[in-house]
Order: sequence, then C-alpha cells, then structure tokens
Amino acid sequence: MAKRIETIGLSCFYGATQAVADVSLTIEPKSVTAFIGPSGCGKSTLLRSLNRMHEVVAGARIDGKVLLDGEDIYANGIEPSAVRRTIGMVFQRPNPFPTMSIYDNVAAGLRLNGLRRKSDLDDAVERSLRGANLWDEVRSRLPKAGGSLSGGQQQRLCIARAIAVEPQVLLMDEPCSALDPISTLAIEDLISELKDRYTIVIVTHNMQQAARVSDVTAFFTLKGPGEPGHLVEVDATHKIFANPSQQRTEDYITGRFG
Amino acid sequence: MSTLHLCGTLSFRRRATDRIATVGTLLALLLTLIPLTLVVGYVVTRGAERFSGRFLTSSMAGVGPLDAGGGISAAIIGTLEQVLVASVIAVPLGLLVAIYLTEYGGSRFATAVRFLIDVMTGIPSIVAGLFILAFWLIELGHGFSGFAGALALSILELPIVVRTSEQMIQLVPNSLREASYALGIPKWRTILRVVLPTAATGIVTGIMLAVARVIGETAPVLLVIGNNNFVNGDVFRHAQASLGVFIYQGALSSSDFDVDRAWAAALTLILIVFALYAAARLLTRRDKLARR
Repeated sequence: MAKRIETIGLSCFYGATQAVADVSLTIEPKSVTAFIGPSGCGKSTLLRSLNRMHEVVAGARIDGKVLLDGEDIYANGIEPSAVRRTIGMVFQRPNPFPTMSIYDNVAAGLRLNGLRRKSDLDDAVERSLRGANLWDEVRSRLPKAGGSLSGGQQQRLCIARAIAVEPQVLLMDEPCSALDPISTLAIEDLISELKDRYTIVIVTHNMQQAARVSDVTAFFTLKGPGEPGHLVEVDATHKIFANPSQQRTEDYITGRFG
Repeated sequence: MSTLHLCGTLSFRRRATDRIATVGTLLALLLTLIPLTLVVGYVVTRGAERFSGRFLTSSMAGVGPLDAGGGISAAIIGTLEQVLVASVIAVPLGLLVAIYLTEYGGSRFATAVRFLIDVMTGIPSIVAGLFILAFWLIELGHGFSGFAGALALSILELPIVVRTSEQMIQLVPNSLREASYALGIPKWRTILRVVLPTAATGIVTGIMLAVARVIGETAPVLLVIGNNNFVNGDVFRHAQASLGVFIYQGALSSSDFDVDRAWAAALTLILIVFALYAAARLLTRRDKLARR
C-alpha cells in the first residue's frame, strides 16, 4: 500500500521568487516524517509540491524531481489529479464541503472514481470514518451537514475524506494548528494508527508534536527574510531532538531562535 | 475631580454625537421609505379599483378605449413568455461567462471581457430595443414577435447575471477548491460539484433579481413586439402584448378606462415582482435550513 517518496534537487518557485532550494530527501513508507522549521522556511510549499498541489497557485512551478516508488510524478503525461488521488492531503483548517452531508463529504472522492453502488459506498464511508476514529460520533447523523461538527471532528472528517480514496501517502499541513489540545490528541492518536497503512508526512510548528508522532524529522530553515528555505538535516526523530548533528538544528530545537 | 469633570464633558459630547448619528440614520431611512410607500401605496389604491380575477383572465380583444371591460391576460402571457425566453438565453450564457471569469480568467482577455460586461450594464434599455429593431426586424427582415422582445431583454439581463454570479462564485473559499483538487477531482468536476453548489443560493438570488429587473422593462420591447390586443401564446410568431407596454399606452390614453386599466396592470406587475423576490428569499432560506 504505502509508497516511498524521494525528492531530488527539488526547488519550488512562486513566479520569480524561490521558496524552497535544492531539497533532496527520502520519505520512507509506513512511517511518519515531520517537517519542522521557522515560518517562511518553505516546509508547506515543499509538502504541496509532493502531490502537485503547489502548481494550483498561479505562477507556481518546481525544478528537480519527485519520485513515488521511483516514478517521476512530474513526468510528461502524468495527470496531476491522478497524482493527488495517490497522495492525499489534509489542510491546516478543516475544510469540509459545506453543501454536502457528512456521508457525501466522505463519498465525494469515491464517486469520482466511479464507485456508484450504494452498498459499496456505504461500506467505504463506514470504513473511512472508522479509520479516522469518527464513526461512533457521527454514525447516527450521517445525513447532517459536515459543517455541523466541531472543529476537531471536522478535521477528522477531512482525514476520513482523504483516506476514503485509499491513497498511498497522506500529506498533512499543520493539521492541528486550528484545534484545541483534546482534538489535537485525537488527531495525533489517529496519525499513529494510520502509519501502519500509509506513508505520512506532517508539517508542524509544534516541536512537541513532531517529537510525539514522527519517526523521522526533517529540519528546514532560511538564511534570512526573502531567502529560499533549505533542508538542514533529516534524521531519526529521537536523534534530531536528543543529539542533532547540526548546530542550527540544536539552536532551533532548544528555542534559541525561530 | 478634574478627571471626573473631563469624563463628564467627553461623555456628553459622545452622547450628543451618538444621538445625532442615530437620528440622522433614522431620518435617512424615513426619507428613503417615503417615495417607496408613496409609489406602492398609490399603485395599490389606484390599481385595486379595476383589479380582479376577471381583469387578469380576459384580454383586450374587442375592447375599445371607451369600454370599461377588458383585461391583461394577453399582456401577462406576453411578458412571462418574453422574460422566460430572455432568461433561457441570458442565464446559461451569463453563468458560463461568470465561471470563465472566476475560474479560468486572469488573462488580459478576461479583463477585456469584464470591461465589456461593465459597458453592457450601462447600455440604456431603449438602445437595446433599437438595436434589435435595426438588426433583427429591419436588417434580417423578421416581423414583430415576443421573441424579438426577449432578445432585447436578454441583452439587458446578461450583464446582471454575469456580475452577480461572478461575485457569488468569488465568495466560494479557495480552500474548498483545494480540498477537491487534493482528492484528485479534476477542475471541471470541482466547479460542477463543489464551487457551483456552494454558490448556488447566491446565484439563484442574483438570477431572480435580474429577472425582476427586466420584467417591467418597457422601452426595449416597445419597438419590437408590435403589441396585440388578442392573446398570442406563440412567442416566436406575430405581435405580442407586454405589461410594460400596456401600462405605457394606457397611461398615455385620454380615456379614463385606459388609465384605470394601466393602474391595475401596474399593480399586477408589482405583485409578480414581489412574488419573485419572495420565491428567491424562500429558496435561500430552505437552503440554509438544509445545511443545519
């Protein structure tokens, strides 16, 4: 199921501005990789370039390669929508479709893939909601609007929606930054469960969160305002937090800057 | 003591300003309501004299200016058909243009289109009628018809539909589009399944307002529908009547019967517009309720 992502000399641009410079790293399957670093270091941009969401912004482009199990996702003839079906994404703010019910939100991506049979959809919706630890809370009100849920529930609904299409990789862009501590805990527990089946990449501003949920941590920084972000080091999370090999990483981890 | 004193004067000044602002806005509100109540009140009292079920269902066939009877069935049918046909032309076209401008625009061409739509909004309604007269009737040689009126009305309706729909589609948060793209849903499907349903309430209201705006138009249809005392249900052939034209001609007549009929027709027109607004509000409310 889960697949490996590899970036080779990946740079991201918005028009003439370079946001990320020359990142080469490997993201292992069935593990959680955290991207940490100060604001503006390009970690969200890098994340969005891994499933071709970066290019949705006008004028955005990349340089370099992104390989999914060795296959270049930016190669000619590759459909961005096909890439995004394989590499799902959860956003910073919960964004359920406001006109759709809880059920329809989860089924939205499946219907696109041609799944029409009611019983198949029912099964997939239940499986996805169970997978997102939300089933017990919403099973009795599936026809209600997705927006009627609390913020934390909405975010888990978005995760259910993302895993419903059975992606290989799940990208999470600060998925807890708009949530309270209890909802955050629920999402973190969920991440630990999901990593058995998916490759997970999570961008977070919260270093404790990175330490709690991730197996591997990549630290990014930028030389100054307006400079592109770059990768400082990537290593096992316990090593990054206990004994980083770079001084800049240690300064950031210990709160001396950023 | 001195601070207390200062507080006192400040608070007096602030209270005075507050009072003046409150009275000012209330006055402005009353001033706005005066013409509205006068217009509606006058039309209702004058229109009610002749308004009846019979008035709505009978035509002016065989009724002269000096006869008391007659009715506006021909005009109602004409107006409803013309507005319907105009909307069938303008709404899909306007919606497509709005989708292009919001979802695919950004180029210089889109800016040019937006500018032209703005210019179109400013076209005087009589010019739209004159254009159809010169082009459709004189140049292409078609006869008077409700359809010619509908064409003129669609010229006026199109920019309103484009502008309101564009604004409503722009209100759809980008995060919803991104959520849809991230599921691997292609752009065209995202527009159909996510963007348009989210903006639907506003778009429907905008369309209703556009319809209400053109339904009472007189000038653009006056020159091209030919007018007809008889009921003509065929919008594509032969002259048709219209409420606006009926009111215009009745008001110009020296016969009191014609004037009375014009008032009752005006009341009918206001009732139709009111029903449209009410329908739009009801649609909006039902949609909001469904989301809870």
